[in-house]
Amino acid sequence: MPAIPLSKAPQPAATNPEQIRNFCIIAHIDHGKSTLADRMLGITEVVEARNMRAQYLDRMDIERERGITIKSQAVRLPWKSGIDGKEYILNMIDTPGHVDFTYEVSRSLAACEGAILLVDCAQGIEAQTLANLYLAMENDLTIIPVLNKIDLPAAQPEKFALELSKLVGCKPEDCLRVSGKTGAGVEELLDQIVAQIPAPKGKPEGPARALIFDSVYDTYRGVVTYVRVVDGHLSPREQIQMFSTGVKHELLDIGVISPEPVSSKGLGVGEVGYLITGVKDVRLSRVGDTVTTFHKPATEALSGYKDPKPMVFSGLYPIDGDEYPMLRDALDKLQLNDAALVYEPETSAALGFGFRCGFLGLLHMEIVRERLEREFNLTLISTAPNVVYRVTTEGGQELVVTNPSEYPSGKVEKVLEPIVRATILSPSDFIGTIMELCQQRRGTLNGMDYLSEDRVEIRYTLPLAEIVFDFFDQLKSRTKGYASLDYEPIGEAEGDLVKVDILLQGDTVDAFSSIVHRDKAYPYGVMMTTKLRELIPRQQFEVPIQAAIGAKIIARENIRAIRKDVLAKCYGGDITRKRKLLEKQKEGKKRMKMVGRVEVPQEAFIAALSTNADAESGKVKK
Amino acid sequence: MSRRLSFYVHIPYCIKRCGYCDFNTYTPAELKGPDLLSVSSNYISAALAEIGMAHKVVGEAHVPSIFFGGGTPSLMPAQELASIIAEIRSRFSLLPDAEITIEVNPDSVTSEFLSEMRTAGANRISMGMQSAVPHVLQVLDRTHNPENVSTAVGKARAAGFEHVSVDLIYGAPKESFDDWRISVEAALSIPIDHISAYALIVEKGTKLAAQISRGELELPPEDETAEKYRYADDQFIAAGFDWYELSNWSRSGGSCKHNIAYWDGSYWWGVGPGAHSYLDNKRWWNVKHPNTYIQKVSEGVLPALNEEELTEENLADEFIMLQIRRREGIPLDRLNNKQIENCREYLTTGYLDEQSWRDGKLTLTQSGRLIADRIVRTLVM
Repeated sequence: MPAIPLSKAPQPAATNPEQIRNFCIIAHIDHGKSTLADRMLGITEVVEARNMRAQYLDRMDIERERGITIKSQAVRLPWKSGIDGKEYILNMIDTPGHVDFTYEVSRSLAACEGAILLVDCAQGIEAQTLANLYLAMENDLTIIPVLNKIDLPAAQPEKFALELSKLVGCKPEDCLRVSGKTGAGVEELLDQIVAQIPAPKGKPEGPARALIFDSVYDTYRGVVTYVRVVDGHLSPREQIQMFSTGVKHELLDIGVISPEPVSSKGLGVGEVGYLITGVKDVRLSRVGDTVTTFHKPATEALSGYKDPKPMVFSGLYPIDGDEYPMLRDALDKLQLNDAALVYEPETSAALGFGFRCGFLGLLHMEIVRERLEREFNLTLISTAPNVVYRVTTEGGQELVVTNPSEYPSGKVEKVLEPIVRATILSPSDFIGTIMELCQQRRGTLNGMDYLSEDRVEIRYTLPLAEIVFDFFDQLKSRTKGYASLDYEPIGEAEGDLVKVDILLQGDTVDAFSSIVHRDKAYPYGVMMTTKLRELIPRQQFEVPIQAAIGAKIIARENIRAIRKDVLAKCYGGDITRKRKLLEKQKEGKKRMKMVGRVEVPQEAFIAALSTNADAESGKVKK
Repeated sequence: MSRRLSFYVHIPYCIKRCGYCDFNTYTPAELKGPDLLSVSSNYISAALAEIGMAHKVVGEAHVPSIFFGGGTPSLMPAQELASIIAEIRSRFSLLPDAEITIEVNPDSVTSEFLSEMRTAGANRISMGMQSAVPHVLQVLDRTHNPENVSTAVGKARAAGFEHVSVDLIYGAPKESFDDWRISVEAALSIPIDHISAYALIVEKGTKLAAQISRGELELPPEDETAEKYRYADDQFIAAGFDWYELSNWSRSGGSCKHNIAYWDGSYWWGVGPGAHSYLDNKRWWNVKHPNTYIQKVSEGVLPALNEEELTEENLADEFIMLQIRRREGIPLDRLNNKQIENCREYLTTGYLDEQSWRDGKLTLTQSGRLIADRIVRTLVM
């Protein structure tokens, strides 16, 4: 029986690095990572069978419901190798499974020596997995290719073993075959982790250096920081210091997760665990930063630290204007746990008081919005997401535009927009349609490779703005859901961009302004004016809806004046009913926004703004 | 000084239910009882008993109007309806000039019925004409032959009824503008002094609503229905009728006192299942099914299903909602500054009558009447 009782297992702070193996699991969202992790917790007996629940390590409701991991987590698993009979400590570091969190993934990978590449052998590898695999290979991690779900009738282990062997550079028969569901092959996998992944190396006597790979706010304990010790040793009550901020903290608690937190006498070289210092804001304990001690500080930080940089912006407004202070408080609270979230107050003539928020990407945006609505009970309206533009005016002035309505109205000299390197994996049948989509979205083809006979990897450079605008939905619908997408920012490029304004009865509706490529301005204008004509109820006067670039009108629709708005009958038995209807309408009127003289129901704003934002939800829902 | 109290008497029976109708009415088949006559006499006894209860609640009162509505009051034997008038007369003080209206079905009403009712004191007939065009009547599921209307009106006149009204419905599926023109002309060709014209309201749960939702029938465009209103209003006025409420026109002296009582906040008692009553800022409504109604009354309890106490705000809303529909309009001194400001736009765009505004009243022009509910929303919000 290769499991070891925790009390008899090598103890934290006193574990020889030779006995440690640090690994993570790279997998697509529904390829069974959480089930395999659950199975490992069970086999190593760190979680007793009666306490087991599905997706044990996923902490947030949203994570469990959507089957994705937003934050990473690390579990210490004792294991006696079936090969050499020796005792080991396996630290499993869970990685976030989404494109928006590439940087967090890279830090999790940096905390490991090896990675399990887990692929559903009924589906094959997906683009995000491939991207993370390349990231792991760049970090010189030992890769163990594993085919999961071998119990499924649709499993094609031979086909996908060939695919994985090409990617990893091994033989097809080196791919392990497991079933997280039945447990088949999992013990062998644990043995192979010990056998193949190198033990961590570091300087036990050197100044302490630990890499922060996650940082989580907890209401009771404050910020819990997850670290991997590279050099030296961290001990309780010690003064520690963060490299990027220089802030000094006292270590109130230090320990390991197994899989509940257990305090320890410290953490030594190669060990993975948590730190608690009493700080209340995750921005003081940033992912990627290096922890050292105050009394014997290291002179050099671990490499690879980056400030999180918001890539996608959107205005968030409470539907009920009275909820504005609640929204502010809720964002303040969320930020304690989300160093990548940025926001500043913003006022929209159409939507009232709200915040312009910056996110890592569309999924991050959606998660924040969903948490605001679910955990803080707010009802929000969000503007269409946009990217950051750097605009140089003719006068040579440079502006950073995060809200399309702030785009300068005068002549512009130059506009820079963020571009990404996108990787699409798809059955080869869809090459034509994918290339057509990417061309329409101003893409430049960088290359294409066959992963197997019928699966290709297509690489494009695309403006991020095009991805933000309903790209994923289009890709999924054009490929019957088979294609997967990954992208990473690679810089900026000049674009031939214009701002399209939407006017109601001559008044610009700031919430509908959009920055688009010049060739897309007309279709965008037609799309918005047509949609608004359907959505805005008739008024007692005619309402022209126009799309304009500067002073030039490019599209126009008309909402004709209402002719009839009256119920013909009103007798004794009708009066109560009619008054109650009126009272209901009074309530509804609170949800009306006035744009100039035009009454626009909230529903019209929501529907008009919803086009692009829904794209990602399909991506993460199973 | 004693109070005034109008009576509405609901006759909840019809031979057949019309496809658009959501009134509280029952056909013999739905009642599954013996023949309609024996059902109805039980019902009339209960109605008489409720009038007795009304007297206990209200005490002395002058009665300016009685209205028999339905359902189909003309299905009842005349002496049964007469007994109700007699009961009201005996319990209360029926004013000498009281208006007593009976709704009749042009198909089934007889000269005998009409003379008996006239003798019993009834002095006004309201007839469901709806349309003069057979295919529109068919859509509405009405059984009558269009010619029956003028015959029936002739009978009413012969019986000595001075006031005769017809109801018209416009905007039904399959009704063209020309169809409506024919109906308007037909109504104006018969000797009547009152017309009610209603745009069709498709009520939830009716056969018509189901036909529309299944796509079997389609409502004409709202703009055309608005045009039909304008046309009718112009024609009625040219023929010597005046509008006195949004959907009601009359020749001089022909306006319906009973309906005005609903609109000017007077008190009324509704007798019968589903009938609403209004007294001292309280409104209540009776249980809906005739059998439950008869049961309750026979136990000696008021057959009210529910009631509401009107707050100051409710009363203010209702005042605006009802008064704006009337020719008299809303005195500007009943509106606050904000309401007056909010309304100015309607004044400049031709929805409110400028002359009466100068005279200190808010009244609707023809265009304004067509968007009355919208103007009400502006006023109360």
